[in-house]
Amino acid sequence: MQAYLDNSATTRCSKRATDLMVKLLMEDFGNPSSMHMKGVEAENYIKEAKAKIAKTLKIDEKEIVFTSGGTESNNMALIGAALANRRAGNHIITTSIEHASVSATTAYLEELGFKVTYLKVDTCGIISLDELREAVTEETILVSLMMVNNEIGAVEPIEEAIKVIKAKNPKVLVHVDAIQAYGKYRIYPKKIGVDLLSVSGHKIHAPKGTGFLFIRDKVKVKPLIYGGGQQKGMRSGTENVPGVAALAEAAAQIYEDFDAKIDYLYTLKERFVEGLKEIDGVTVNGKTGRDSAPHIVSVSIDGVRSEVMLHTLEDRGIYVSAGSACASNKPAVSATLTAIGLKKNLLDSTIRFSFCGDTTEEEIDYALSVMQEVIPMLQKYTRK
Amino acid sequence: MYKSFLIKYAEIAIKGKNRYLFEDALVSQINTALKKVDGEFHVRKEQGRIYVDTLSEYDFDETVDALTKVFGIVGVCPVVLLEDEGFDKLAEDVIAYIDKVYPNKNFTFKVNARRARKNYPMESMVINSEMGGRILEAYPETSVDVHKPDVMINIEIRNKINVYSTVIPGPGGMPVGTNGKAMLLLSGGIDSPVAGWMIAKRGVALDATYFHAPPYTSERAKQKVVDLAKIVAKYSGPINLHVVNFTDIQLYIYEKCPHEELTIIMRRYMMKLAEHFAKENHCLGLITGESIGQVASQTMQSLAATNEVCTLPVYRPLIGFDKQEIVTISEKIDAYETSILPFEDCCTIFVAKHPVTKPNLNVIHNDEKKLAEKIDQLMQEAIDSVEVIRVEG
Repeated sequence: MQAYLDNSATTRCSKRATDLMVKLLMEDFGNPSSMHMKGVEAENYIKEAKAKIAKTLKIDEKEIVFTSGGTESNNMALIGAALANRRAGNHIITTSIEHASVSATTAYLEELGFKVTYLKVDTCGIISLDELREAVTEETILVSLMMVNNEIGAVEPIEEAIKVIKAKNPKVLVHVDAIQAYGKYRIYPKKIGVDLLSVSGHKIHAPKGTGFLFIRDKVKVKPLIYGGGQQKGMRSGTENVPGVAALAEAAAQIYEDFDAKIDYLYTLKERFVEGLKEIDGVTVNGKTGRDSAPHIVSVSIDGVRSEVMLHTLEDRGIYVSAGSACASNKPAVSATLTAIGLKKNLLDSTIRFSFCGDTTEEEIDYALSVMQEVIPMLQKYTRK
Repeated sequence: MYKSFLIKYAEIAIKGKNRYLFEDALVSQINTALKKVDGEFHVRKEQGRIYVDTLSEYDFDETVDALTKVFGIVGVCPVVLLEDEGFDKLAEDVIAYIDKVYPNKNFTFKVNARRARKNYPMESMVINSEMGGRILEAYPETSVDVHKPDVMINIEIRNKINVYSTVIPGPGGMPVGTNGKAMLLLSGGIDSPVAGWMIAKRGVALDATYFHAPPYTSERAKQKVVDLAKIVAKYSGPINLHVVNFTDIQLYIYEKCPHEELTIIMRRYMMKLAEHFAKENHCLGLITGESIGQVASQTMQSLAATNEVCTLPVYRPLIGFDKQEIVTISEKIDAYETSILPFEDCCTIFVAKHPVTKPNLNVIHNDEKKLAEKIDQLMQEAIDSVEVIRVEG
C-alpha cells in the first residue's frame, strides 16, 4: 500500500488543471503579448484565470500578479513593499516561525539597512497580540505574518493582528503568507485589511512554478523583475499562460464544495491524532482541534531520529517530511520547532504528516499501524 | 588552429620490453577518454611518441580536459605539424605561429630544436640560433633568454616538423589497466575517493564497495556515493560499485557487543565483505582512505584490528596525509563539493561517544564470539543481496 502524506510539500496536479494545461501547451500556445489572434486568445486565458482567482478571494482582477510560486510571491511582497515605502520608515515586523522564503528575505532586508523585529510564539506556535502591539511604531512600514505555519499547522490570529496593527499605525502594510492556508480557509483579504497575500499553486493541486501575489489597489510595491513590462510592469517576462490557467482552475476547484472538504480533512486529522495517542513515546506538537490547520500534523517520536523514521515509513510506501532536516555533521535545526520550545532531544525526532482531499481513511489507518509496528523496534537502537 | 596534440609520457618510456604494453594501454585510455568529446579523433603511435590527430571540428577546452584526466600523460602539447619545405618556409611558419598564439609580443623566448631525423641538413644548435635570429627580426619586442624563457619554442624535426610551445600538465602516473585491479572501500566522505584516485593513478583499475544501512542511511546518501564513484571513474575508467546492505549486521553487533567496540567490529565485517567481493572480481588488493590517527577507528591499534581479518593486501595511500592535504587533492579532482554533502553514512549512525581507540585483539575476538549464532547467516544474506551498479565516468 502507498500513502502520500506529504501534501504540504507538494500535491498531485488535479485532472482538470492538467487537462487545461496540456491544451494550452499543445493547442492554444500563443504569447499574450502577440498582436495576432493567437495572442488575443492567450490573453483571454489570463483574464479568465484572474476572474476565477479573484472570485475565491473576493478581490479585484487587477490586484493579482502571477509569479513563479510562493517563494517569489513572498520575495516580491517583502522586498517590493520595503523598497517602495522606504521613505515612510525602515522597520519591519515578522514572526520567528516564518518559512525561509520570508525569513531569508527579511535577513536580506536587514543587510539593506532595514530593522526587523521577530515576534516570539507560544508553545503552540501562536504570536502574542500584546507583543505585536508593542512592536509596532511610527517607523514600522510592513508586518509579514504567515497564516498557517507549514511545520506544525499553527493558525495565526490574522484578523485580530491586523486590527492591533492598524489601530496603532494605520499606514503599516500587512503581508500575509497564505501559502499553506489558501484552499483550506476562506480568506477575504480586503475585508480584513490585508494589503499583500502570497499563494503558491503546487500546494493546491496546480503545477509547480505557479503562484500569485495579491497586491491591494493603491499599495506601492516595487517590481523585482524588469523587462518587457508584462503584467503592467509588475513582473516582466512572458506570462506562464498554461501554468496560470491551470492554477486558476485548481483554485476554483479547491473552493468547490468547500465546507464538506474541510470537514473531511478535520475528520482525517482527528482520526490520526486519536490513533497516535495509542503509540508510546509519540507526541503531537501544537494544537490539534478545529483551531489548527486541517491538513498538518507534526509528530515527535522520542528516541527515533526523523530521518530514520522517514526512511522506515518510505520503505512501507508512506511519504512524509522530516520536521527538521538534520544530518550528523550539519544540524539544521528548524526555527519553528525551536521557537515553540520543543525539547532538545525531540528537535531531530519530529516528522510532519500532511493530508489533502484525496487522502483516505485507509491511508491514515495504514500509517498508524505501520508506526505502531516500527516505532518500538526503532526505539531499541539509538545512539548512546 | 591546432589539428594535433603531442602526448608526453614519462614513466612508461622506461619500462623496457614491456614498453609497448604500456603505450598500447595509454592509447586505449586516450581513445576511451575522447569518446565523450564531440568530434572525431585519431590516436597514433609514431617513433616513441603518441599523437592525437583531430579529424573534424572539435572543442579545444573539452579535448584538453579529457586528455589531462588520463593517467600516464605527463603533458599535452597542442602541436602544429609541418611538411619539410626548407628552412625559410619553416621560419615563416614559426613566425606566423608565434603571431597567432602570442598576440602580445612582450616576452622572452628560447628555441629548442631537436633533430630526430638526422638527414635534416641543419644541426639542432644551428637551427636554434638561426630561428632565434629570424624571430627577433620579425618581432623586435621579444628577447632571448636561454635560462628562464617565458616561452619555449620547441621545434622537432621528425617525418613532419613538430612545432609547439605549450605543455599542459597531465596527471602523470601510469595508464589504468597496466597494474591489475583493486577494490576500493568507498564511503560518502572526502578520503576514500581520493584514495581510489591515487591508486588508479598507478595504473590500477578499480571496483568499489559501499555499505548502506537503510533506513538509517538514505537513498540520497547512496546516490552521493554513486556520484563520487562517477567522479573517480572519470579518471579510473568504469567502476563496478557493490552496494551492500549492512543494516542487519550492524544492528546485530549493536545488540550483542559492547557499544564502544561497535565501530571497530563493524569495520572488521566490512573488510571481510569487501574482500569477498574483491576476490570474486579478481582484485589484487583492497583500498581504503584511512590515515593514521584521523579518528578512533584509524589509530595504529585499530588499523591492526581491521587489517587482521584480510588476506589480500590493504592499500592505504593516504596513510601519512593530513586532512588538509587530502582536501587539496579532493578539490583538484572535483570530488570535494560532493563529498561534503551532509548525509549520514553508516559508520556514524550508532557511533559511541567514547569508542575504543586502542582495541585489544583478544578482547575483540572474545566479543565477536557473541555473534556466533547468526553472523554467518547475516553475512551470507548481505553477500546474496548485493546490488552491483556499473558506474561510468
